Amino acid sequence: MLSTLHHPPRRLSRFFPANNKPRHFHTKPVLSSSQPVTDQSPSSTSPPESQILSIHHSLLSREVTATQLAETYLSRLKLAEPQLKSFIHVSNNVLKEAQSIDDKIKRNENVGPLAGVLVGVKDNICTVDMPSTAGSRVLENYRPPFDATAVKKVKEFDGIVVGKTNLDEFGMGSTTESSSFQVTANPWDISRVPGGSSGGSAAAVSARQCVVSLGSDTGGSVRQPASFCGVVGLKPTYGRVSRYGLIAYASSLDVIGCFGSSVADTGILLSAISGHDRLDATSSKQVRVLQISVSQEVPDFTSQLISAALLESKPLKGLKVGVIRETLENGVDSGVKSTVLGAVSHLEELGCTLSEVSLPSFSLGLPAYYILASSESSSNLSRYDGVRYGNQAAAEDLNALYGDSRAKGFGSEVKMRILMGTYALSAGYYDAYYKRAQQVRTLIQKSFKTALDENDILISPAAPSAAYKIGEKKNDPLAMYSGDIMTVNVNLAGLPALVLPCGFVEGGPVGLPVGLQMIGAAFDEGKLLKVGHIFEQTLQGCRFVPPLIADGIPQ
Amino acid sequence: MASFLFRTIQSHSFLLCPTTLLRRNNGAVYCSMKSTHTQTATQEKQQPPPKIKSSPQGNQAKTRTLDRISKEYEAIIGIETHVQLSTLTKAFCTCPYNYGAQPNTSVCPICMGLPGALPVVNSKVVEFAVKLGLALNCKLSFNSKFDRKQYFYPDLPKGYQISQFDIPIATGGYLDVDLPVEYGGGHRRFGITRVHMEEDAGKLLHADDGEYSQEITFPIIYALQVDLNRAGVPLLEIVSEPDMRTGLEAAEYAAELQRLVRYLGVSNGNMQEGSLRCDVNVSIRPVGQSKFGTKVEIKNLNSFSSINRAIDFEIARQALLYSQGKADQIVQETRLWEEGSQKTVTMRKKEGLADYRYFPEPDLPEVILNKEYVDSIQSSLPELPEMKRRRYEEMGLSMQDVLFLANDINVARFFDATIGKGADVKLAANWIMGDIAAHMKNEKLTINEIKLSAAELAELIASIKGATISGKIGKELSHLCESFTGYFSSTPFPHILFELMAKGGTVNGIIKEKDLIVDPSEIEKMVDKVFSENPKQLEQYRGGKTKLQGFFAGQVMKISKGKANPGLLNKILLEKLNAKS
Repeated sequence: MLSTLHHPPRRLSRFFPANNKPRHFHTKPVLSSSQPVTDQSPSSTSPPESQILSIHHSLLSREVTATQLAETYLSRLKLAEPQLKSFIHVSNNVLKEAQSIDDKIKRNENVGPLAGVLVGVKDNICTVDMPSTAGSRVLENYRPPFDATAVKKVKEFDGIVVGKTNLDEFGMGSTTESSSFQVTANPWDISRVPGGSSGGSAAAVSARQCVVSLGSDTGGSVRQPASFCGVVGLKPTYGRVSRYGLIAYASSLDVIGCFGSSVADTGILLSAISGHDRLDATSSKQVRVLQISVSQEVPDFTSQLISAALLESKPLKGLKVGVIRETLENGVDSGVKSTVLGAVSHLEELGCTLSEVSLPSFSLGLPAYYILASSESSSNLSRYDGVRYGNQAAAEDLNALYGDSRAKGFGSEVKMRILMGTYALSAGYYDAYYKRAQQVRTLIQKSFKTALDENDILISPAAPSAAYKIGEKKNDPLAMYSGDIMTVNVNLAGLPALVLPCGFVEGGPVGLPVGLQMIGAAFDEGKLLKVGHIFEQTLQGCRFVPPLIADGIPQ
Repeated sequence: MASFLFRTIQSHSFLLCPTTLLRRNNGAVYCSMKSTHTQTATQEKQQPPPKIKSSPQGNQAKTRTLDRISKEYEAIIGIETHVQLSTLTKAFCTCPYNYGAQPNTSVCPICMGLPGALPVVNSKVVEFAVKLGLALNCKLSFNSKFDRKQYFYPDLPKGYQISQFDIPIATGGYLDVDLPVEYGGGHRRFGITRVHMEEDAGKLLHADDGEYSQEITFPIIYALQVDLNRAGVPLLEIVSEPDMRTGLEAAEYAAELQRLVRYLGVSNGNMQEGSLRCDVNVSIRPVGQSKFGTKVEIKNLNSFSSINRAIDFEIARQALLYSQGKADQIVQETRLWEEGSQKTVTMRKKEGLADYRYFPEPDLPEVILNKEYVDSIQSSLPELPEMKRRRYEEMGLSMQDVLFLANDINVARFFDATIGKGADVKLAANWIMGDIAAHMKNEKLTINEIKLSAAELAELIASIKGATISGKIGKELSHLCESFTGYFSSTPFPHILFELMAKGGTVNGIIKEKDLIVDPSEIEKMVDKVFSENPKQLEQYRGGKTKLQGFFAGQVMKISKGKANPGLLNKILLEKLNAKS
C-alpha cells in the first residue's frame, strides 16, 4: 500500500520532491494522548464521528439532557473565548432553548435532527433576536427584524443558535483581522490567524465552542478558515442554500456554507439549510442533498461508515479524481504541497483513479474575482448611508451625512474594495474591467465543466499555506489576496467544494492543519460528502483537535 | 391655415389669459358637454380630462409673434413616461401599495433595503410589460435582464434602483394618435424607443406638512422625512422617439398612452396620484438645420394641459433666446413647470452625464420569455383605442363622436354593448354623448355607476324607434334633464331614461308601472270616442282648420287621464283625422 505513496503514478511524479519527505499525516501529530476530547473516541487517532448523530442518540436515550450539553459547550465557550474571540455575541437564550428541547423529550414529542445541537452563526447572517453586524461599525447594534432562511431552518430542526461569530468586515478579508470589533485567534496557535472571512465560525467549531457553524463563502471564506483551523468546511453550489438574510458582499458569488468537526456533521447541517426559497430568486429548485428526518436521522452516506476495513475494499474504486496542476505549482508552500500529495496517495489507496488536470484559466481567476466581487460590493454596500438604520453621523447637510456615516462606519479594507468596485463600474472602465472579468468567469466555468466531465471530483489544496501569524499580511493586501488563489475560481464557477483536514505542517506548538479541497460538479454535494467521509474515516494517524482544547480546557 | 392658427394660438393662450380655460361653444349639439366631460368612467374623479384644455382665443399681436416662431424654428419633443402598474403587490416584494396610506405602513425588509433582504420579481410586472410592449407595437426582448442604476438619495433605500439598462423588455414600437377635431384633427404616429421595467423610489416628506417629491438641497436635513410606501412599486418607463413638434401633440401622445394603459388594465393612469408621470425633453432648431439644439428636460407636469402649456412656454422661451442671439444661454438642464406662474424655471443644471454605474442585477435571474407566453398575452389583448376608433369610424360615426366614445374604455364598452343589443349606432352615440354624459357629469358618476344598463338603453332606443313610446318624450324631455328631479314626479310622462339611470329597472317595467297606454287599439277607441263627442270640430278640421289637431289630442289625453303615449296618440289621431270617412 505504501508503495503507491513512494512510487506515485508517473503523471503525478512532478509534484513530488526528489527526496520523499515523510507524509505529515503519517506523522502522529504532537498531541498528548491523555487530553480530554469532545468526541469520546476510544483512541486518539480514531476517525471523527458525527457529533450531531451522537447528540441525537444521547438525547433520545436519555443519557444526557440538552441542558447539560448546552452547559458543557457554554462553559467551554466562555473559557476559550478570552483567547480566541470567536464570538461577537453570545445568545442569552441557549439554556432556555435547551430546556424546551428537554421538555419536548420528556413529553415524548418528536424533536428535530438538530435538537440540542449548538450552532454558531457568522455575524453577516441575520438573526432576529441577536445583533447582526457583519463585523462592521456601520451596523453596530443593528438587530434585523427577521431570521435568515438558513437560520430559520436551523431553528425549525431544533438547532440552538449559540451566538454570532466574528468575521472580516462584510466578509472582506482572509484573516478575520479586518473585523471592526476584535481579532480572532487560531485554536491551533493563538498567535496565528484563523483564516477568513468566516474565521470565527471555523475557530469556534475547531475549539468545540459549538458543534457546527454557519459561514459564508464568497471567495473561499469557508474553505480557507476550515483549512487553517483543521475543521471540515463545505461551500455548497451557488443556489443550493438560500441567501435570504445573508448580508450581501458579492451577490453572484456569496453562498452560505457549513463547518463541522466531521464530514457527516457538515453534511447534516447542509441538508438542514438547503433547498429552494421563494425569498431568494437565485436559489435553486434542485432537490435537497440528503434527506434527514427524525425517524431516519442517518444520512444515506453514513451508512457506508465502516472504518479501516473500507480501506481494504477500495471503496472509491473507479472514482475519477483530477488533481488541478495549477494549484500545486509555484507559490504553494512545500509542506502544504506534500501533505496534499499525501492525500492524493490516500485517495489512490481507496481505489480512486487519479489524473492531472490543467485549468489554463486558473490564474485569471484571482483578478477576475477581485474585480467582480469589488464591483458588486460597491453596489451592495450603498445601502449603508446612515439614513434608515445603522450608525448615522451627525451632519449639517446630506452629503456630509452620507460621507461621514460611511467614513466612520466602514473599515479600510471595505473602503478599498468599494473604491475598486466603483472604479471598475465607472463609465469608460466598465468594458475593460467588469465586462472582461465576466468573460474570464465564463472561461473558468467552461474549463471546470470540461474537467468535471472527465472527472468525478477535482482536488487541490484549500490554501497555498497553513495559518500564518496575526499581522503578517495585514499591510500587504496583495499577499493576502493571493492566498485566495485556490478558492476563488470555485466561486466564479458556482461549484460545490468540500475542504477537510488531511494532515499537518510544522508550525505552532503542535503543528498546523492543512486542508484538502475537493471540487464537484454543480449540485453534486452528495458525492463530495461521500468521498470526504470515506477519506476522513480512513485517514490514519491524524486527529484534528487543537491544543487549546487539549490544554486543559475542561469538557 | 386654420389648424396652424389653432396650434399657435392655443399653444400660448396661457400667456394671454392664464386663468381662463374657456369652454368652447361651437354649436354642435353635444359639444359643450363633451369638452369638459371626458373622464367619465375613470375611478379617480380628480383626474383631469385627457382632452387638452386650452383656449383657441388669442391676442392678434401675440399670435403674429408665435406665428413667426413656428415659421422660423422647429421644436423637437420627446417624452419619458413612467407608468405605475396596478399590480396587487410591489415589484420585488409582497407589500401592497395603496395611494394615500399613512407613511411607511406598506413596507417590509425588502422594499426598505434592509441588510440581507433580496428582491424577487413579481411575475405580473413582466406580464404587464409584455402587454404594453405588444400594445405599443414593439419588438420584445425574449431574453432581457434587470440592472442596477446606482445613485445616492434618501428616498432610494438600497442606494440603487432596480431597472433595465441595455436590454429593455420592449423596443422599437409606435403609438397612433388622433388629434382633436377642434384643433384641426389629423392622425399622427409617434415612435416608441423603448419600454423597460423598474421600481419606484420612496417620497421625501417635509417634517411639518406636505410631501415634497422634487429634488432639493438640504440645508437642514432633519426637517425631512422619508416615506417608503412607494419604494419598490413597479413602473414601466416608456421612452418616445423625439417625434412631437408641439405641446398639443405631446399632450395628446400622453393622453393616448393613458388611454392605452387603462384599456390594457395595467395602470389607473392617474396623473394626480403620480401613476402616470411625464418628463419631456424640448429643444428647438432653426427650420432647415439638421443638428439638434440643446435639449432641456421639464419635470413636474401633472396634467395634460400642463404638458401642453409647459412645452409651448419652453419653445417660446428658447425661441426668444435664439432670436436675441443668446442661443448659448440654452443649456442642458432640468426645468420645473410652475403651475402658479405658468413658467418653467431652472431646477438643476446638469454637469456632464451622471454616471449611474449600471451593471446586471446579480440578485435576479434573467427575464426569459417564451413564444407561447407572449402569444397567449397577444391573444388576450383587448381591442385597443386605435382599433376602436378605426372601427367606429367605419361604422359611420363622425370623428368627434369617435374620439368621444373611444376616449374612455368604460364608455366605449357601454356603447359597444348597446349597439351589440341591436341599437342604432348613431342614436346610441347621441344618447350616450348627450343625456347620459350630462347626467354623469351632474351627478359626478361614472358610466359604470349609473343604473342604466346597455341592454335597457338599447331597448329604450328600440322602443322610441318603434314608437312604443314617444321619441319626443325621449328627446325633448331629456333636455329638461337639468331640473329633472323636480320635473320627474310631476310629469305625466315619466322620463324613462332618467328613471333608468337613477333607479335602474327595465324599459317595459317602467312603461307598465306608469301604466302608459301603448296599445294602439285602445288609443283608437279613445280617438273614436272623441270624434263622436265632437262632430263639429271634426267637421271644421276636415274643412281645413288643421290647428284643431291639438284640441283633439288634448281631448284624447284627457280621456286617457294623461296616460296615452303621445307619439302613438298623434300618429293614430292624424291617421284618423285625415282618413276619408
